Amino acid sequence: MTAAAVPANTASGSATPAKGHSRALRRFLQRRASVIALLVVIAFIIIALAAPWLAPYDPIATDFGNVRKPPSDQYLLGTDEVGRDLLSRLIYGARASLLAGVIPVTISLMFSIPLGLLSGYAGGWVDSVIMRFTDAMLAIPFLIIAIALAAFLGPSLTNAMIAIGVAALPTFLRLARGTVMAIRTEDYIEAARAVGNNHQRIVLRHILPNMLPPLLIQGSITMAAAIIAEASLSFLGLGQQPPSPSWGSMLNAAQRYLPTAPWIAMFPGLMIFTVVFSLNILGDGLRDALDPKSQ
Amino acid sequence: MSFWTFIAKRLAILLPTLFFVSVLIFSLQHMLPGDPAIALAGEEKDPEAVEEIRKKYNLDKPIPVQYGLWIGKVLTGDLGISYRTQIEVSELILTKLPITLQLATGSMIVALLIGIPAGIISAARRGKLSDGISNFVALSFISVPHFWLGIMLILVFSVHLRWFPASGYVPLSDDIWRSIVSLVLPWVVLGTGVAGVMMRHTRGALLQTLGADYVRTARAKGLTEKVVVFKHALRNALVPVITLGAIEFGHLLSGAVLTEQIFSIPGFGKLIVDGILNRDYAVVQGVVIVSAALYILLNLMADIFYFLANPRMRG
Amino acid sequence: MNWKKLFLSAIAASMFAGGVAHAQSTLRIGLNDDPDGIDPTLSRSYSVRLVFAAVCDKLFDITSDVKIVPQLATGFTWAKDGLSVTIKLRPNVKFHDGEPLNAEAVRYNIDRSLNMKGSFRRVEISAVKSVDVIDNLTVRLNLSEPSSPLIAAFTDRAGMMISPKAGKELGEKFGTRPVCAGPFKFVERMAQGRIVFERFKDYWDKGNVHFDRVMFTPITDSTVRMSALRSGELDIIERVSPSDLGQLRSDSRVRVASVPELGYQVIRYNVGNGPRSKLLGEDPRVREAIEAAIDRETLVKVVFNNEYIAGNQWVHPKNYYYNSALPVPKRDVAKARALLARAGKSGFTFNLIVPPERDRQEAAQVIQSMLAEAGITMNIVAQENVTMLTAGTKGDFDAYFTFWSGRPDPDGNIFAHFACKSRQNDPGYCNEEFTQLVTKARQVAAPAERKKLYDQATELLLRDRPVLMLWHRNIYTGHNAKIRGFTPYPDGIIRVKGLRAS
Repeated sequence: MTAAAVPANTASGSATPAKGHSRALRRFLQRRASVIALLVVIAFIIIALAAPWLAPYDPIATDFGNVRKPPSDQYLLGTDEVGRDLLSRLIYGARASLLAGVIPVTISLMFSIPLGLLSGYAGGWVDSVIMRFTDAMLAIPFLIIAIALAAFLGPSLTNAMIAIGVAALPTFLRLARGTVMAIRTEDYIEAARAVGNNHQRIVLRHILPNMLPPLLIQGSITMAAAIIAEASLSFLGLGQQPPSPSWGSMLNAAQRYLPTAPWIAMFPGLMIFTVVFSLNILGDGLRDALDPKSQ
Repeated sequence: MSFWTFIAKRLAILLPTLFFVSVLIFSLQHMLPGDPAIALAGEEKDPEAVEEIRKKYNLDKPIPVQYGLWIGKVLTGDLGISYRTQIEVSELILTKLPITLQLATGSMIVALLIGIPAGIISAARRGKLSDGISNFVALSFISVPHFWLGIMLILVFSVHLRWFPASGYVPLSDDIWRSIVSLVLPWVVLGTGVAGVMMRHTRGALLQTLGADYVRTARAKGLTEKVVVFKHALRNALVPVITLGAIEFGHLLSGAVLTEQIFSIPGFGKLIVDGILNRDYAVVQGVVIVSAALYILLNLMADIFYFLANPRMRG
Repeated sequence: MNWKKLFLSAIAASMFAGGVAHAQSTLRIGLNDDPDGIDPTLSRSYSVRLVFAAVCDKLFDITSDVKIVPQLATGFTWAKDGLSVTIKLRPNVKFHDGEPLNAEAVRYNIDRSLNMKGSFRRVEISAVKSVDVIDNLTVRLNLSEPSSPLIAAFTDRAGMMISPKAGKELGEKFGTRPVCAGPFKFVERMAQGRIVFERFKDYWDKGNVHFDRVMFTPITDSTVRMSALRSGELDIIERVSPSDLGQLRSDSRVRVASVPELGYQVIRYNVGNGPRSKLLGEDPRVREAIEAAIDRETLVKVVFNNEYIAGNQWVHPKNYYYNSALPVPKRDVAKARALLARAGKSGFTFNLIVPPERDRQEAAQVIQSMLAEAGITMNIVAQENVTMLTAGTKGDFDAYFTFWSGRPDPDGNIFAHFACKSRQNDPGYCNEEFTQLVTKARQVAAPAERKKLYDQATELLLRDRPVLMLWHRNIYTGHNAKIRGFTPYPDGIIRVKGLRAS
């Protein structure tokens, strides 16, 4: 495009880091939705940490006289399939589910950024090897990879989360590499190179900020899939074992009671939705705040 | 690079990728604990029958030898038979391929029809009410579990209203119209999930390109917002959307287990998972190889789109 | 075509679809899971037995109160020494390919069960040493030892006769295109989808067949299976889940029939299978304490809405072979604690392997909670079925939670499971006296005599506690109110013969 675009870009890029951060923070705080989302996420973290003080009942205590009862004064959100307090299980379940959502996504992001950069920027045989392996993994159903890996690593919640993270990685990697390749050929990159910027500077200043947004979006979407996948692995004995609660497992257990006791599924479903929704809005806010071009 | 060398180069990578897939799926299966011969013998546990099965399916040989025997046969076009049902794996694949394609294509169409327009509207009217609604709906689609949506749709549309069947896939060859009717609910379940993903990525990518310099230049030139969005921004924004579209399509081909299970659609996803749970090795390997080949062809198509959408990526 | 019009025609089409199915008089049955190969010798899944009922007749059948009646045979006589049995065949019976069912065909089938590679029937009729063809419609089976359970084995897959011609042609692929002598013949199977049969015109009892076609569709999700019955897409569904019964009973379009199962739901302890048997095998008081801590009645009420039957033996409490001197014990937590204290095992911990399946997962959590009150920590270890079966065989378990589908003859519920070193004896239980009793029960024919032996055996089994039997399912079958002539059988198998639509 026009040559005038280049100075505009480098100008925003050359702002001092401290100033850039505070400006991003200000931009973030200006958006009410992002702030609310942040508060919701913080609230969930507090709930997870303070579970023992917040939960009205022991999450694994059973009341055989009150099985699958709808919400009442005694049990505010009702009881589950073997007579446990749903509210207490939701509160405690936040621990496993937040971790199950966040850790796999963190793993995927951590590996996909450097590998995607390497693949997309370097190209050649490095790119070929990484991409052939990625394609092979993508061609096998996500859950199968997760199950096999979790079984290989040994049954535990941590291993299940690692397995989910690794299984989700190829999607991130392909996305990262695709955007890197697209950005690499943009005019302003060529221009930046022409004015003598080195690779490191080009990657850090120009490519990284541009490849992050799609990865952030994918990350906040994958969160939902990961929370559900944890439950599937746990059901097969590869994650957390009953009676420990997680939202995904609660949802799974509720499946057969959907027509007769819908609240058992509704509340964990709502929790997952709220967290995923908040994290997505938060992701949007972050994206906007970090994007030097948006005002 | 010319268009045809590009295609030739991409086709050349098909084989090495399939090789990777075959090694990967073979190893993944053998990572699972449990003895396949015992799996087949089941509760009756006749030790004599267990030994015979082990011999018959070469399960007594070392794993690399098993791989060699299997891949050797595959190269001659023999995918083996299902240990559990004695049906030829190639026959299984041929009967399920049209079902799977029908399920995946229909869902993908639903996804694209909802996801991309919603993403465009959302980005063009960022911060407005329609953006808020689109986001809310998309994220609901993403976080609602398939089994929940599936069962709810069945209870409403099959049991109460009796508009669509709860189960019982009708093959295209039986009756085209009834076949479509039998797939409406599964298309909705799978399609909306993917639509949510497409919407979020379309929106994100558009916002990113709308902020880009050349788009600003276009705006500065006095072009209308519509022209800016459709002519200038959308083409570049499509890159991550195409990538995601190909990946999601791949997932629909072999990973739609839950939806296939809820609606009793005999597709690839359920075949693979049942195969894994029963340790029906030949079935899992055969189906995964074929769905991998399909997936790679899909990616080739995605690459062609890239190539056409962004001529500068031809290097 | 506008949207509304398209939608309306979709509705019309789906209604039309329902109408057509009825015009062809198709009986549509919903199965709980996908059957394996339709080969009587090689199959092992439960759901395939429902499919066999349409396609393969058997030498004998059971009645709804578990009496043996002839089907393809007309009768049998035991030799005085019990070392051979002569079976008379029904005349003029044809296989679906037109081949006659005769003594040679029976000999072929028994040979196949005994000698085919990977046969699962061998163990059921292993007493048979040789088969003599006496005349065209008479065979004599020579046995290596007297075996009263043998005839009962012929009421199930070992008694299903396949066409020898088709058997030889198709070999191990017979199960993909079965050719038998049942009321319906095979049309097509869509793997993991529908299996279709059509009326066999030369069936020996065609007067009792009132449908042109039978179609089986596996629908794994119980709620969906129920919905398909309620919406009229299916005529019959098997294994209705107790959680769905309320809705079915309140729907005037459907009926529910039930009968107690022949089998039992059980926790198997490791009492003598390898080094891991030390924990639960060493001191029987530990197992007694576990039992005392469990309240079976509450368990059945909480998890199954009281729709199943609490039980403590290898047959349900109303069965002829139930030892009524040993009823389902009441819960006694104080006794459990005392027993543990005496055994020096207060507050001990063990692992229970549970397959990924809702009934058992929920029941395990209830048991876990009951045991906790007696100071016993039971960890639930979910393991998918194959892993669990392998662990069971190898002795790599403290306890695992499984079931036995049950057999019409009592021997099938007890001998192979508990006799010393028998094939299904994963607990590694061995009591010589018990083994002698159940071996003897195989050799006597009179039910009253067998019951005496089994009563003694049950007493030993319940004292030694290698396993903990917990409940028996009621087999619930749901059917459209228009289907007439449905009788529930305790093996859970739907006899399509005799059913009609009104």
